[in-house]
Amino acid sequence: MTGPGHLRSAVDIAAAVRKGEISAAEVLERHLARVGAGESGVHAFNLVLTDEARRQAAAIDAAVAAGKDPGPLAGVPIALKDNLCTRGIPTTCSSRILEGWKPPYDATVVERLAAAGAVAIGKTNLDEFAMGSSTENSAFGPTRNPHDLERVPGGSSGGSAAAVAAGFAPVALGSDTGGSVRQPAALCGVVGVKPTYGLVSRYGLIAFASSLDQIGPFARTVEDAAAVLDAISGPDRRDSTSLREPPPLASERLKTGVDGLRIGVVSELAGAEGISPDVVARTREAAEALSAAGAKVEEVSVPAAMYGLSAYYLIAPAEASSNLARYDGVRYGLRVEGGPGADVTEMYLRTRSAGFGAEVKRRIMLGTYALSAGYYDAYYGKAQQVRTLIIRDFETAYRDFDILLGPTAPGTAFPLGAKTSDPLAMYLNDVCTIPSNLAGHPAMSVPFGTGDDGLPIGVQVLAPALGETTMFQVAAALEGAAPPLAEPGITEEAVR
Amino acid sequence: MTSTTAEISWEIVVGLEVHAELRTRTKLFCGCANSFGQEPNTNICPVCLGLPGSLPVLNRTAVEFAMRVGRALNCHVQPSIFHRKNYFYPDMPKDYQISQYDLPINTDGWLELPGGTRIGIVRAHMEEDTGKTTHVGGGGRIHGAAHSLVDYNRAGVPLVEIVSAPDIRSSEDARTYVDELRSILVAIGASDGKMEEGSLRVDANVSVRPAGSEQFGTRCEIKNMNSLRSLGRAIEYEAERQIGVIRDGGTVIQETRHWDESTGRTGSMRSKEEAYDYRYFPEPDLVPLEPSAEWVAEVEESLPELPAERRMKAGSASGIAADQDAVVTVVRLDLDRYLDNVVASGASAETAAIAVRRLANEVAAEIDSIGNLDPKAFTSLVTMESDGSLNPMQSRAVLKEMLASGGDPEEIAKRLGFEAMSAGALEEVVNRIVSEHPNEWERYVGGDDKLTGFFVGKIKAATGGNADLKEASALLRSKRGT
Amino acid sequence: MTAPISKQDVAHVARLARLSLTDEELDQFTGQLGAVLDHARDVEALDTAGVPPTAHPLPIRNVYREDELEPALDRDEVLAQAPSVEDHKFRVPRILGEAP
Repeated sequence: MTGPGHLRSAVDIAAAVRKGEISAAEVLERHLARVGAGESGVHAFNLVLTDEARRQAAAIDAAVAAGKDPGPLAGVPIALKDNLCTRGIPTTCSSRILEGWKPPYDATVVERLAAAGAVAIGKTNLDEFAMGSSTENSAFGPTRNPHDLERVPGGSSGGSAAAVAAGFAPVALGSDTGGSVRQPAALCGVVGVKPTYGLVSRYGLIAFASSLDQIGPFARTVEDAAAVLDAISGPDRRDSTSLREPPPLASERLKTGVDGLRIGVVSELAGAEGISPDVVARTREAAEALSAAGAKVEEVSVPAAMYGLSAYYLIAPAEASSNLARYDGVRYGLRVEGGPGADVTEMYLRTRSAGFGAEVKRRIMLGTYALSAGYYDAYYGKAQQVRTLIIRDFETAYRDFDILLGPTAPGTAFPLGAKTSDPLAMYLNDVCTIPSNLAGHPAMSVPFGTGDDGLPIGVQVLAPALGETTMFQVAAALEGAAPPLAEPGITEEAVR
Repeated sequence: MTSTTAEISWEIVVGLEVHAELRTRTKLFCGCANSFGQEPNTNICPVCLGLPGSLPVLNRTAVEFAMRVGRALNCHVQPSIFHRKNYFYPDMPKDYQISQYDLPINTDGWLELPGGTRIGIVRAHMEEDTGKTTHVGGGGRIHGAAHSLVDYNRAGVPLVEIVSAPDIRSSEDARTYVDELRSILVAIGASDGKMEEGSLRVDANVSVRPAGSEQFGTRCEIKNMNSLRSLGRAIEYEAERQIGVIRDGGTVIQETRHWDESTGRTGSMRSKEEAYDYRYFPEPDLVPLEPSAEWVAEVEESLPELPAERRMKAGSASGIAADQDAVVTVVRLDLDRYLDNVVASGASAETAAIAVRRLANEVAAEIDSIGNLDPKAFTSLVTMESDGSLNPMQSRAVLKEMLASGGDPEEIAKRLGFEAMSAGALEEVVNRIVSEHPNEWERYVGGDDKLTGFFVGKIKAATGGNADLKEASALLRSKRGT
Repeated sequence: MTAPISKQDVAHVARLARLSLTDEELDQFTGQLGAVLDHARDVEALDTAGVPPTAHPLPIRNVYREDELEPALDRDEVLAQAPSVEDHKFRVPRILGEAP
């Protein structure tokens, strides 16, 4: 995609910086200017790393000047979801409970991005601890959708999605536990990727649900997303669940086309509860476009997928209830003490009640309940069995198909506040994205046209474990066939 | 209950849970040092401090040590997984403990006490240790303290928890069990077994039942014993308490009780409404553990001889029963290598028995000086005692010297003036003493055996301690014709 | 079928999770959790007899690190983040019970 002024793709930026055609500093300043113009309306960031980014950019320019190669993402500004640990830089998870905390270490992805020459431009807003689908559950206020500031950007990585859509950065990282990269990508009209579980190290990603969390990139182009994924994927000895084998190359077959590929449209996803007709229509059009490009496209059934949502809302809260126990006011972050003579339990109760927002409390309680004596088998145990069934059904489907296709989100971006009082309605946003998390498979959302309201719609490309190369191959073809999307109107005037 | 209960006799039923810290260089899930007595909060990293975003990675050596423990306790080593045990407590950085739950690495073994009793081992699983809490104010005890301080150096240190079957029937056997288990752990290099430093911690599940009953009574878990002695006392106290409750017509409530060393009592640890619900679930940050058959075999082959085998060996070499205190002590203090050296020299069983006695008594009493005692020199010493060159008293004196400052026994004996007396020289002395004390001799010949001591004392004094006093008594007896 | 979650259940679970709720929150959460659990009951329709549970999405086994020392964190940096410190230790209000 070419765009006005600074809106060059990450791949273009890196190529130009490496050749010395443009300085990393200049690239950064253009993006910082864009942030300056649009951020007050969008609120994509919890923290803009102006000084740190300038230092990083200067170091890259110095490397280029010294004849050294700063790496494949040289000078590319990247926005980081604020649940990725950055050494010495506040990392909040958009929660009051982490008030004042500066991690003493960098997440593995942060190290790898730096090694690849990328420049971290800021920490982006999210639903508190990545729990939500609208970025309204942030202790620091909601992020707004750059395409319509009265609407949500999706979530939980809404800040990262909005930052890329608004042109604050060409690429960003988010984390996807049940759709938290793909759904906001769809709502903001950008590309969003959830890699195979274990492909990207989780070390330094503040856990929500450990067996489901994966870090993935946002980008305006499929090629940029592939470049970022290739820079961050691969084994990490600090993450026991990190895959040992060499990672598949996402950028390997972007221009190969889809001739001869077998693509299945998942009927359970396309026909899931509450999917709007325009989303179904765009998904069908995407399938037709792939068929026209030479793929063999058919309907396929993945029956257990429809139980994904139920299983997910037991497994994820259960793991979260345990992962979030450590926020107790003892070692870091917020502490609220009781009066004189109050004991440590009183301190726990006060700290956690003051530090966590309502959605986090809901999920902690849901998960605590699902794991508690007498309910484990009926809830958590059963959900894990459903997980097995979903994996089996996907296996069956992938015997006949290389790639599966479905909607990403049930509808376009919804107005702020529309679903905040009804958790279940909010959870239904993830119905199409959850099965891939439960199976540990990769999936990505690619913008494909708009809804009746003119807002972006994403189509989801699903692949079996480590099927990233083919997934990106199909995503690139879809991108090529997609109707052009209007730039969001984030200008000085639009934001007043 | 009626008065009949007062007449019945009671049986104590004990199962023990022993936590042993493994002697790895680093912690269970991170590269921080596993070492005792460091400055507070210096051996900590994002992982063992439970910082957001950190992840555990399993220490291979800890797994190997755990398997050693399992095989040394005759357990089945099986595929296992880790679970999270969820509860809030300030010494737990993550507010959950990574432990093994329904699939532990070791199951179904046994440990044989020196007397031959076999105690079943239900499981021996891996888990991480907690940090250490100290209490400020209130005399340093938790109750009445104003506030508490936490040091996380110990958090994440690898533990093996060894759970016995409820096969122990006395406080004596409970102590023997822990002692034997400690010897095994030390022998295989898995733990240093120091109860005082907390590297070995014992909790006891105690119940009582009428003797002869097949059913178990309600048990209480007793914590906070920090020596074998307090373990024994706590079990005795708790059993008496439970018997008292039942005799008074009450029922024993299943609960955890805290042993108070100063009062010699156990007390209830928590209020009833605060029931714990650990919400165990598989630890998603770790993957299943499936040690290969080759690895298990390798571990098994690397195991040294265990205390029970060593006692058998020492027993058969010396003719002293393997469960006799002397043999048990020799093995427990790792002194059997001295015995091995004696046996290797071609010594007789009698000589070996002398060695066992010297090791279990004089050497054990000065165990801290063991570095001065050369095995070859020790062999020379017991050989000298065995062939009569030194009498037992002289031998003990020489050994004491050897322990104090090393050296060769012959030289020491010479320096101490311990010249072996020839049989003829001794007889001469005996004759002289007898002739000097005719009245006493007459009474002795008349059957007054109390005078043996009198004559032996005189002989001892006359020879400057060089006489073999046993030999001297024998001479006295033969002289009077008995 | 499991019984619907009650207000007492929610209060108990909140206590287990060390969250204190106002009466209003308790009512609200009881209704909301009830709705989610109701939806979750979908899974009861599935026959899962003999189906093994999946705890990890991918079949990875036997991941170890060698028993090698790595640098510890700087104590001052760590303690500087703590809400309350005394004698280089983390200070907490009094503890009422022994560790379970």
